[in-house]
Amino acid sequence: MANKTENQKAWLFVLPVVLLVAFNALIPLMTVVNYSVQETFGDNVFFWEGVKWFEQVLNSERFHAALLRQFAFTGTILAIEIPLGIAIALTMPRKGPWVPVCLVLMALPLLIPWNVVGAMWNIFALPETGLLGKVINGMGIDYNFTQQPVAAWLTTVLMDVWHWTSLVVLLAYAGLCAIPDAYYQAAKIDGAGGWAVFRYIQLPKLKRVLTIAVLLRFMDSFMIYTEPFVLTGGGPGNTTTFLSIDLVKVALGQFDLGPAAAMSLIYFLIVLLVCWVFYTLMMRNEEA
Amino acid sequence: MSLILKDVVKRVGAETHIHPVSLELVPEGFNILLGTTLSGKTTLMQLMAGLEHPTSGEVWFGGKNVTGVSVQKRNVSMVHQQFINYPNFSVYENIASPLRVTRMARGEVDDRVREIAGLLQLSPMLERRPNQLSGGQQQRTALARALVKDADLVLLDEPLANLDFKLREELRDELPKLFAGRNCTVVYATTEPSEALLLGGNTATLHEGRVTQFGATANLYRQPGDLLSAQVFSDPPINVATVRKRGARFQLSEHVSWPAPKQHKALSDGPYTIGMRPHLISPVRASKAAVEIEGDVLITELSGSESVIHFDLGQQTWISQSHGIHQYEVGERVAFYADLAQSMYFDREGKRL
Repeated sequence: MANKTENQKAWLFVLPVVLLVAFNALIPLMTVVNYSVQETFGDNVFFWEGVKWFEQVLNSERFHAALLRQFAFTGTILAIEIPLGIAIALTMPRKGPWVPVCLVLMALPLLIPWNVVGAMWNIFALPETGLLGKVINGMGIDYNFTQQPVAAWLTTVLMDVWHWTSLVVLLAYAGLCAIPDAYYQAAKIDGAGGWAVFRYIQLPKLKRVLTIAVLLRFMDSFMIYTEPFVLTGGGPGNTTTFLSIDLVKVALGQFDLGPAAAMSLIYFLIVLLVCWVFYTLMMRNEEA
Repeated sequence: MSLILKDVVKRVGAETHIHPVSLELVPEGFNILLGTTLSGKTTLMQLMAGLEHPTSGEVWFGGKNVTGVSVQKRNVSMVHQQFINYPNFSVYENIASPLRVTRMARGEVDDRVREIAGLLQLSPMLERRPNQLSGGQQQRTALARALVKDADLVLLDEPLANLDFKLREELRDELPKLFAGRNCTVVYATTEPSEALLLGGNTATLHEGRVTQFGATANLYRQPGDLLSAQVFSDPPINVATVRKRGARFQLSEHVSWPAPKQHKALSDGPYTIGMRPHLISPVRASKAAVEIEGDVLITELSGSESVIHFDLGQQTWISQSHGIHQYEVGERVAFYADLAQSMYFDREGKRL
């Protein structure tokens, strides 16, 4: 047995990471925790409130509505973007001169800043002047996303699909390219058809990248703020007020820092919990 | 049933992957395709399987022309170098998969799967998934899938290459037993000459998309028809040198010469190529007929009971493979002994004389 020598210098080597994590995660998080259990009226005067804000948020119908809206939105875009992304990736060429062209075209939406995407779609979809709005109205369909909740929802979903499906495409494409040709040959020899190849070779082989894709899209869409804020401002009414938008309204609009902090923490825990459950379920059978 | 290739050519774009190949592969013993990486072994196998179709030429199987027939209709099975199994099927389902598409009765599928699994020592792990198996077990599963459907043609594309040493030996010993008594044509691709010799049967040596020679494995090793076949079928690489015939003697250099063997006495004077397998060259003089050749040592590789010494012979590097431990410094001048009269003689086109 080797004798372990105590060497306190080891702490020095861990220090940079500790500092980094402290500044980048722990301190901001603890600030929020600090706000969430106290009441302040400015001037750095704080009163202890315990779990009062948490109770208030968890019992507020406004929060329930925003949360429900959020889950509906995230569920909708995942249900569209993941299958659509896989489908596009499957049709993309594996080799040849078109590969770089397809990849660049796919990457384009990802390069556009969020607020620009919001502004673009706002202009694009305006019923009087926007190309999309004019075309839809020209077809005899009454469409005005600034006034009709359904239209606002559809436009927001469409914008997100346009912006983020590419991410799923690129991940799925990378996963497909990593499958050795021998798998397809083996399937051919077995007499497996196109659907069987997808179901029993491609899909299982894509499991890991798709897990990452779903996690990324879940987190991003669950925290979506800029694009709907620029597009609809959360309206008409509250119909596109997602969690982040609601949070900003509470924190900066009403300056209710306590409830806003409690809401942030609940929000954070929901994201964490969903990701953990999903990841655990997906990786259940993966240990080799 | 035998597999016959008649002048099969495969071109992809401007590149010729397979130059005209004619082969007749029989259902007895292994048919080995021996060649380095990119020599065309895999392409040739795909042509045999029907995964690819020849640009020209014909493929006949069991007396029928199957040139344009797709792989699904040919009753072929294949094992690849990578361990290819359905990732989310159990071992049982993997082995059963080729039978499922044939709509065989459940009971019969079960009997067959269990029989093959027993043969390949997979019975205790039928419920596991491929990613819960060792590499050797994954490849056994792939082999079981290939065997279960009684294919007429079984293609094994470097099936042992990704296994570690011990498992490779184990499975290689089992392979001939697994196929004995099955009436199928087995084709086995490998890069290793020693593997070809151990498996026996017939061997085709491949070089840059050409079959240089085809025949009984041991014969081909002992009597290669040309320099390329001898080079493909030698590990460590066969020693090659240009020699000159002057009267009744062959000359390697000013100081090294030997009397021409009887069958080559009549050759006209001029340059020839000789090939000498490394195990025929030793730093110890073994026979009176051995000729002394001096060289500067480049590398000495010692294994437990054997020394492989690379030495510089002036214009080329030669290799000596001998029993016992012979250790030399790099750059040391050492005398090696070889019965050069017994080497293989080739003409300038590389044809064996």
